[in-house]
Amino acid sequence: MPDPILELNDIRTHFPVHEGFLFKRQTGTVRAVDGVTLKVQTGEVLGLVGESGCGKSTLARTIMQLLPVTSGSVILEGKNLTAGTTAEIRAVRRDLQMVFQDPFASLNPRLTVFAALAEPLLVHRMCPRAEITTRVAQLMTLVGLAPRDMRKYPHEFSGGQRQRIAIARALALNPKVIIADEPVSALDVSIQAQILNLLSQLTRQMHLSLVFIAHDLSVVKHISDRVAVMYLGKIVELGAAVEVIERPRHPYTRALVSAIPTPNPDIERTRQRLVLAGDPPSPLNPPAGCAFHPRCPHAQERCRAAVPPLTVLGDREVACIRAGEL
Amino acid sequence: MPLLSVQDLRTHFHTRHGVYRAVDGVSFELERGETLGIVGESGSGKSVTCYSLMGLVPQPPGRIEGGSALFDGIDLLRCSPAEVRAIRGKRIAMIFQDPMTSLNPYLRISEQLIEPLLIHEKTSRRDAVARALDALNAVGINDASKRIHSYPHEFSGGMRQRVMIAMALITRPELLIADEPTTALDVTVQAQILELIKELQRESGMAVIFITHDLGVISGLCDHVQVMYAGRIVETATTRSLFYEPRHPYTRALQRSIPALQPKGGELYTIPGLPPDLSKPLSGCAFAPRCELAAARCRQESPRLVPLHPDHTQACLRVQAGEI
Repeated sequence: MPDPILELNDIRTHFPVHEGFLFKRQTGTVRAVDGVTLKVQTGEVLGLVGESGCGKSTLARTIMQLLPVTSGSVILEGKNLTAGTTAEIRAVRRDLQMVFQDPFASLNPRLTVFAALAEPLLVHRMCPRAEITTRVAQLMTLVGLAPRDMRKYPHEFSGGQRQRIAIARALALNPKVIIADEPVSALDVSIQAQILNLLSQLTRQMHLSLVFIAHDLSVVKHISDRVAVMYLGKIVELGAAVEVIERPRHPYTRALVSAIPTPNPDIERTRQRLVLAGDPPSPLNPPAGCAFHPRCPHAQERCRAAVPPLTVLGDREVACIRAGEL
Repeated sequence: MPLLSVQDLRTHFHTRHGVYRAVDGVSFELERGETLGIVGESGSGKSVTCYSLMGLVPQPPGRIEGGSALFDGIDLLRCSPAEVRAIRGKRIAMIFQDPMTSLNPYLRISEQLIEPLLIHEKTSRRDAVARALDALNAVGINDASKRIHSYPHEFSGGMRQRVMIAMALITRPELLIADEPTTALDVTVQAQILELIKELQRESGMAVIFITHDLGVISGLCDHVQVMYAGRIVETATTRSLFYEPRHPYTRALQRSIPALQPKGGELYTIPGLPPDLSKPLSGCAFAPRCELAAARCRQESPRLVPLHPDHTQACLRVQAGEI
């Protein structure tokens, strides 16, 4: 196996919780990401799914070095980002880019498309000033926008077009890894399909690695090679996308898959749905043992005893001590 | 007589940039106990249709230009504000997409839950609180007697949507309008809320209008579905008929762009272009500029909704001519 382009080793991102007005003291810790180990290969699309609050966005921001890690390391092409100085991180950052969920919030309303796309080029001295217009036009064509619109402002574009601008901005520095945090959740189905096509076409064309975060499993299954399912800061199942979503092994993945409504009335009316009771527990005070046991239909006494490690089970990794017997 | 009969509803917005025909001639009927799904992309007019029925369209800039909406014989669009108030929140209830912004953050849940009872049924506070507790239990909130005195921020998103549903159903409405009630929620919570709505509907026999852009949600919940595009209904049918034999090119295109129905890894079908600008006059079919099956006359002649058979009506000239 070739060396992975991006390696996460036992990443933990914790947030201290303070109480008190004058004399603040730490009263607890939110374990948003709690021990994630992952490898992303060159050209691979890795889907990251889970409910809100499971830590997937925190993980994305930790990889981007937008949040400090509590422990663990992020290694991009052999360079340890978590141990690097600010200057080193800045130099590496061009290889690691992010696309955010809401294209209405992630673009500066006062910058034209040209200004938004030229800025990273200028900051990182990617091309001489004279060639910037050509490069911006190139980027716009790449994501399916007309270069003649480069003097327009974000409000003159639709949601789908704005997401294209955000993707063009991420591509401006020829990154090696793109992290897309729910890039299609805010878009209509017909537009969503356009953006998904664009992303998978770009990753193939440019040999990009993509970490694709979403809560919509059918979207993740469509675009990803592998998928990692997160629950309360930990990965509970990791494997080939089709396998994990069509034949889930972890009880949480099963419940998640069962909750997706299918656009097929006959199936939808007859199937038995595994409806999970309650909400995910608070990462401030996670339950002992397996974090999923309070909601798990298969939980036993020993599930409460210890945190199950992510272990290899056939074609995938599962963090459930009963996965083999179920 | 149907519970709700909407005829040729037209709601336009008069803005500085022109007149937006958000809803432009929508007609449909709803029987008691029936569930109607309204699907469409953002800007297709699905929410404005329901806001018009509830008298929630801000006027100005909005204006209801014409049509009628008979709810049990009362025209919702023409009756006096007092009559609307007597129906709204009592016989017709509505739940909204975002449970965070639709609950008042300053008031305890108990205050918000009993408000419709105090106003519409002149119940005493004590009885109202007792009924509010029952309502919270019915929507599956544990420990309701304690939680009823909490503020909205003390609940999670799914719990807040349950509170919204409890509030909407507390007066036992005959019609519930749900405007994308699960869009802001996680799939697991969405599954809980959908099951809950189904169960409550079985018990109370109310009619439901369910607005969504997710065809998956519609398929298990609704009896009838209508697809909206650019302020008009383009296709309406029973759920099975719409999913298994979609006829209008827009419905078909929508279905083909859902990843769940496509083979993995393949190129997804995309609808070229963008929805039309509703402030400009449209000649012909609104979908024609994006339709790969459009013929020359599609750009000139406005299609009308024509039944294919009693359960399936659609507005495409070429389907009506038997060409596709």
